[in-house]
Amino acid sequence: MNRFIYKHRFLILRRLTQISILILYIGANIWGWKILQGNLSSSNLLETVPLADPYAVMQIFATGSIVAMDALLGAVIITLFYMVFGGRAFCSYVCPVNMVTDLANWIRRKFELDRVEKKWWASRNIRYWVMGLSFILSFALGTAAFELVSPVSMTHRGLVFGMGFGWAAIATIFLFDLFVLKNGWCGHICPLGGFYSLIGRFSLFRVRHNQPNCTLCMKCKDVCPEKEVLYMIGKKSMSVNMGECTLCGRCVEVCDDDALNFSIRDFVKKGEDYEVKQS
Amino acid sequence: MDEKKSSKVNDRRRFLIQMAQNVAIAGVGGLLWSAYVDEVKAAPLILRPPGAKKENEFISLCIKCGLCVEACPYDTLILAKPGDNKPTGTPYFIPRDIPCYMCEDIPCVPPCPTGALDSDSVSVVKDGQKVFDIMKMRMGVAIVDMKSCIAFWGIQCDACYRACPILDKAIYLEYRKNERTGKHAFLLPVVDPDYCTGCGLCEHACVTKEPAIRVLPREVALGEVGKHYVKGWDKSDEKRLKGSKGIETTVTERSKKSAIESLNEGIDFE
Repeated sequence: MNRFIYKHRFLILRRLTQISILILYIGANIWGWKILQGNLSSSNLLETVPLADPYAVMQIFATGSIVAMDALLGAVIITLFYMVFGGRAFCSYVCPVNMVTDLANWIRRKFELDRVEKKWWASRNIRYWVMGLSFILSFALGTAAFELVSPVSMTHRGLVFGMGFGWAAIATIFLFDLFVLKNGWCGHICPLGGFYSLIGRFSLFRVRHNQPNCTLCMKCKDVCPEKEVLYMIGKKSMSVNMGECTLCGRCVEVCDDDALNFSIRDFVKKGEDYEVKQS
Repeated sequence: MDEKKSSKVNDRRRFLIQMAQNVAIAGVGGLLWSAYVDEVKAAPLILRPPGAKKENEFISLCIKCGLCVEACPYDTLILAKPGDNKPTGTPYFIPRDIPCYMCEDIPCVPPCPTGALDSDSVSVVKDGQKVFDIMKMRMGVAIVDMKSCIAFWGIQCDACYRACPILDKAIYLEYRKNERTGKHAFLLPVVDPDYCTGCGLCEHACVTKEPAIRVLPREVALGEVGKHYVKGWDKSDEKRLKGSKGIETTVTERSKKSAIESLNEGIDFE
């Protein structure tokens, strides 16, 4: 049992943060808690600190409107947080859709759907196209375009304020990820993930690969939702620096050889070369 | 792909084709997406919270956080859910279910983080200080359906009049002789849009099965006279005549034709 917990320590931590954040928001709406009011688009922390989704605020800017100070400040706080610490941690530790896509991915692995399904390739850069498109459409239509279709906000808002037909969006993503494209939503399409990939490109917390310990079992690549970020596995010791890494820590957990660990990013390039030579 | 075929497709061609594919996919996606967004945006019959900016401005600013909804003590405001056929996530209210009770401190406006709800539009300056004045809000305007309002039948009902928080101003009663009975009066509710805030307490109180008085968005319900009609009996209005350049008329589709053409239209002279 202890081993199971240890082997899923980050997964458990993520579910705990995701669910407790949700409960705080729901509690604010139903029981009037004052800890975290609003939703992921924009909220109030302890009635003082404004928090806002910087991507949503940028879409509002694209419409040509100037948002008031609160949302602006909130967006800056969130941007700085993920820029400095988290990278795409939003995706794996906060976003509620992550639980849906992880479930689809888990079923995929358990039932070995990958081997049965005909694979089709889709670029992981679609998300950046969708992001660009969202700004163009926001400008053209005069409304934050992605916010009106976003399954992320729909799911979260739905859980806090009432779901309506939003179940359809969740079901679509689940089925799409399960039967159409592996990691289809989070890994290919979601522009919010793309946005956090960009702003978190140089964030501090990183997974680090220690090549000498690697036995090339490839368990990490099996479990990683963005496996292209693990291109260095078995090749050289370095930290996983690509912005697309969600810092979910699944690779760290499944690695039996202590070849992957969380660490603070090393900014000195020389250090990497040095270690490669050593090994 | 076999060697021969792939050798023909050089890198430049592949790049161009892939670019074209990407652009095409983005185009198709963008068109579908914009069609959907445009569709949900076009919901003119929606009542917004107090202080809401004009609909097109509101819809571009609203970040859909629900803070106004949480702040409302009467649960008046709701966030549009997918399937409501309204812009998803934006706040609105249905006065027949729960009207706006016009709280004097307007709790829903200050939490708005983006300024989609504009506190300036619902405040006045008093002794150099900005204070909220709920009477300034214009969420909509009440409209009476004379055919289904039972007061117009001669039945005494003043439910809407009594419910109105700005009684005798936003709704007043007009007395008219009931010729049918010869000895009774009609007490007819009349709405003055200058005072009506669109809170919907009248619609909420209306006794008929479907409300005979309804709150509609002002831009839907109200007309506009045009600048060149001058009230001759109003001195301040008559001042506008000074410096006028002559006769102006309202141009409509109908007035583009000559009078004879317009009057004879549709008559078969054969």
